[in-house]
Amino acid sequence: MITLEDVHKSFGSNHVLRGVDLHVPKGTSMVIIGGSGTGKSITIKAVLGLVTPDRGKITVDGTDITRADRDAFLARFGMLFQGGALFDSLPVWQNVAFRLLRGSLKRPREEARAIAVEKLRRVGLTEDVADRLPAELSGGMQKRVGLARAIAADPEIIFFDEPTTGLDPIMAGVINDLIREIVTEMGATAVTITHDMSSVRAIADNVAMLHEGVIKWTGPVADMDAAGDPYVDQFIHGRATGPIAAVR
Amino acid sequence: MKFLAAIGAATLGLLAAVGRVTLYAAQTLGHLVRPPFYFRELAIALLHIGWLSLPVVGLTAVFTGGALALQIYAGGARFNAEAVVPQIVAIGMVRELGPVLVGLMIAARVTSSIAAEIATMKVTEQIDALVTLSTHPMKYLTVPRVLAATLVVPLLVAVGDVIGIAGGWAVATGTLGFNPAAYLKNTMNFLEVRDVVSSLAKGGVFGFIAALMGCYFGMNSGRGAQGVGRATKGSVEAAAILILAANFVLTGVFFSL
Ligand SMILES: Nc1ncnc2c1ncn2[C@@H]1O[C@H](COP(=O)(O)OP(=O)(O)O)[C@@H](O)[C@H]1O
Ligand SMILES: [Mg+2]
Repeated sequence: MITLEDVHKSFGSNHVLRGVDLHVPKGTSMVIIGGSGTGKSITIKAVLGLVTPDRGKITVDGTDITRADRDAFLARFGMLFQGGALFDSLPVWQNVAFRLLRGSLKRPREEARAIAVEKLRRVGLTEDVADRLPAELSGGMQKRVGLARAIAADPEIIFFDEPTTGLDPIMAGVINDLIREIVTEMGATAVTITHDMSSVRAIADNVAMLHEGVIKWTGPVADMDAAGDPYVDQFIHGRATGPIAAVR
Repeated sequence: MKFLAAIGAATLGLLAAVGRVTLYAAQTLGHLVRPPFYFRELAIALLHIGWLSLPVVGLTAVFTGGALALQIYAGGARFNAEAVVPQIVAIGMVRELGPVLVGLMIAARVTSSIAAEIATMKVTEQIDALVTLSTHPMKYLTVPRVLAATLVVPLLVAVGDVIGIAGGWAVATGTLGFNPAAYLKNTMNFLEVRDVVSSLAKGGVFGFIAALMGCYFGMNSGRGAQGVGRATKGSVEAAAILILAANFVLTGVFFSL
């Protein structure tokens, strides 16, 4: 399980996180919602150690992430970056199988390729994209390749940063089902960032709303509509007026 | 007072930058000797830095050697010393122009491309992605490039030296009336082991500097397209200046001690 306590992070005078408290139980799916620029991506990057918080404590299974053995720690994670972050010098299948081609999880090339093709199929891509370069794919396809890479080594904990942004509704549905399946069938712990309310309802066990650097509301997805929280209400109904300013 | 404060701040800034680069170089060397090693990346870097730089190195050297022969002939004629063309071309190419020109061409061609590539990887989160895939960016990106450049730039310098001398030979025998065989004999007899060793050693140092600056500026790139542009520009400036400064120091070490 993942716990954040009073996490702060500023970039110069921009106080992005101002005391984030969040708890993600093992084997559950947490969805983080919130306006763009509120620090959702920074929050999950902090858990991975890609961003160092100015203050606060982050633990995974009770161990402080700054004390954990880095390699063993990262081997448990998969991450889909908001922009895909594919390696543009490598063909698609080598991106997906990156972990399986080197390091402690290394295996024969043919086997790694077979796994990559299988993961690509799970995100709705056919084998003929395997040998193409990322730059030859559309944005939505790149996103799905990033998703295939995140799940390639069957990680225990997976972070998805806006997995369905830029996808058509059908593909978004496929990806939502996939994320749900990874949690329920493989027992993984997932944290997903999304703006898409149909995704939230399809994926989440729990929802947390980030606003002004803190978690304004968190609870089971079933309680979200009846939460009576003005911030959550405004967000899920997409209203221009309410406590969240439209100009930020 | 303001003026002094500005000088003080600039000096401190420069010292801090020197410290950061030195630390980065030390970290690179530390990762160089500890596994894992990425041989495929090394092979690709050798191809890009070495093999694909040959045309530009060859062309630079041949024109420089030719021009050098013409100038030495013209200058030597003023005190009846035209005959020294082979010796001075050899010394000029091997000791100074070969390594320096190859170093600067590598800074232009290789440093810039390394910096732009790594900076783009940084701004598109590819460096973060490497980390989450349990791959150390320094081992995967920096070490292969720096090692490849350090190994292969001496070879490029050797090629540049030979082609530069050949350019001088072609001009001298083609238009200045030198005897082809005698020109080569004079060149060979004049060059010392020390000349060649210094040339290759300079190549190694310049290659190290060129690749290191590309990686350092790329890894420390700012955000967006502007960040990539700044990183690229800064890397080439720093590499060129450091190569020329290192050349001065190495010339002192090899030839005035
Ligand atoms: N490396 C960085 N340097 C400076 N500011 C940053 C950096 N990364 C993110 N920010 C700022 O932090 C804020 C939150 O970013 P982010 O977490 O990406 O937002 P989002 O909630 O849309 O994912 C933004 O205002 C962004 O400009
Ligand atoms: Mg984001």
